[in-house]
Amino acid sequence: MVASLAFALPGRADERPPYKIVGDGIPASLTGSPGDAARGRALMLARTTTCILCHSGPFPETRFQGDLAPDLTGTGNRWSVSQLRLRLVDASRFNPDTIMPSYYRNDGLVRVGRNFAGKPILSAAEIEDIVAFLATLRD
Amino acid sequence: MISWRAIAAATLFAAAPALLAGEIPPDARRSGYVFMGPDTRAMQDDDTSNPGMLFVLDGEQLWAKKTGSADRACADCHGDARSSMKGVAARYPAFDKALGRPVTLDQRINLCRANHQQATPLPYESRDLLALSAFIAHQSRGTAITAGDDPQAKPFVEQGRALYMQREGQLNLACTNCHDDNFDKRLAGAPITQAQPTGYPLYRLEWQTLGSLERRLRSCMTGVRAQAYDYGSPELVALELYLMSRARGLPMETPAVRP
Ligand code: HEC
Ligand code: HEC
Repeated sequence: MVASLAFALPGRADERPPYKIVGDGIPASLTGSPGDAARGRALMLARTTTCILCHSGPFPETRFQGDLAPDLTGTGNRWSVSQLRLRLVDASRFNPDTIMPSYYRNDGLVRVGRNFAGKPILSAAEIEDIVAFLATLRD
Repeated sequence: MISWRAIAAATLFAAAPALLAGEIPPDARRSGYVFMGPDTRAMQDDDTSNPGMLFVLDGEQLWAKKTGSADRACADCHGDARSSMKGVAARYPAFDKALGRPVTLDQRINLCRANHQQATPLPYESRDLLALSAFIAHQSRGTAITAGDDPQAKPFVEQGRALYMQREGQLNLACTNCHDDNFDKRLAGAPITQAQPTGYPLYRLEWQTLGSLERRLRSCMTGVRAQAYDYGSPELVALELYLMSRARGLPMETPAVRP
């Protein structure tokens, strides 16, 4: 189950601020301010963000969407902002065997490539932008 | 009452090598060929349009060319590759008794160069090495894969299997997550196959050249943002051996074409 847990994290605080899990989510913004949904949408479409390698969603402009994971249309109806934030930070808290990467994790991984070692996949600000965008996805 | 059929079935079942969790049963194994569109298949099927055949032809010339300070050609020891090399690639990587470990076909070619031709090793992914291995593997086209059957290879097959199951890289994904659990699905629109190593070295349209199985494995590793193992490293050889044993019974296709 998802436990209430506070993390004291190493590294530069401005790059990867700590977060606090409450219940099944992270209620507080990782950056302290709300994300920008338009930027979040653009990020989702960028290949390096990796979301649409696996997911599809309401992105009529691209054919390059995956089907390894649920379609993200209507995500904002199914999940709260707090849950979405935890899902991106560490999806394995919802399903320990998930293939969805933990986007804010920066340690305990095997053979991470030199250019990526010690860094989370997405920054706090990028996660906030994507969370803001996902919250707008209502049927 | 137990019928003789049930007993025969039970015996058969017991005699067949046990499948490990997550593994694809023999009758469900499918080459990457089956996942491709009709154009790419047609390109592979027709030797006159298959760009890999140019490498095979180059390899045929290299086979007959004297080289090294021994001034000997592959053909001087092995004769006509059409008979002497038939089925060989379907058994590689193969256990080398002198080295006490499995070697890939590329490594075997370089061992022959060092020991019998007194020639320098050909670099991985060099045109000459790809041409020779394509020519040799082409002699096995249609032969069922049996690599990994040698009992001495077993620990290395196991090592390869462990690497295949291991999550790695910043994206924290294992080979099995895509190639056992999600084949037939699409990653950013591209079909995910079962990762069957039947066609190597093969011509990849994306690469615009022939490439080895190791090159393909390294690009999947880079894809999950892991540090790729070096060419010829024990880990890549073990993975290659595991993939070949996992493809047991599938026919070789070299030189295949892939998108
Ligand atoms: C390698 C595959 C993969 C990638 C990459 C991935 N996800 Fe997921 N995601 C999944 C899977 C599988 C699930 C289904 C639940 C589970 O297994 O955790 C899921 C579930 C979700 C859900 C809940 C969907 C629902 O309706 O239940 C959301 C929201 C989500 N992902 C968003 C994202 C975002 C945003 C990104 C990129 C920043 C992303 N995912 C990247 C595989 C992935
Ligand atoms: C995130 C998904 C993913 C992961 C993880 C992954 N691959 Fe792949 N792999 C692909 C895709 C996509 C392709 C290109 C299409 C295809 O052939 O499946 C591919 C291609 C291959 C092929 C070529 C198959 C052919 O027909 O030529 C092999 C072999 C392979 N992968 C092995 C591996 C191994 C070994 C690992 C682990 C080190 C691995 N892959 C990890 C997605 C993945």
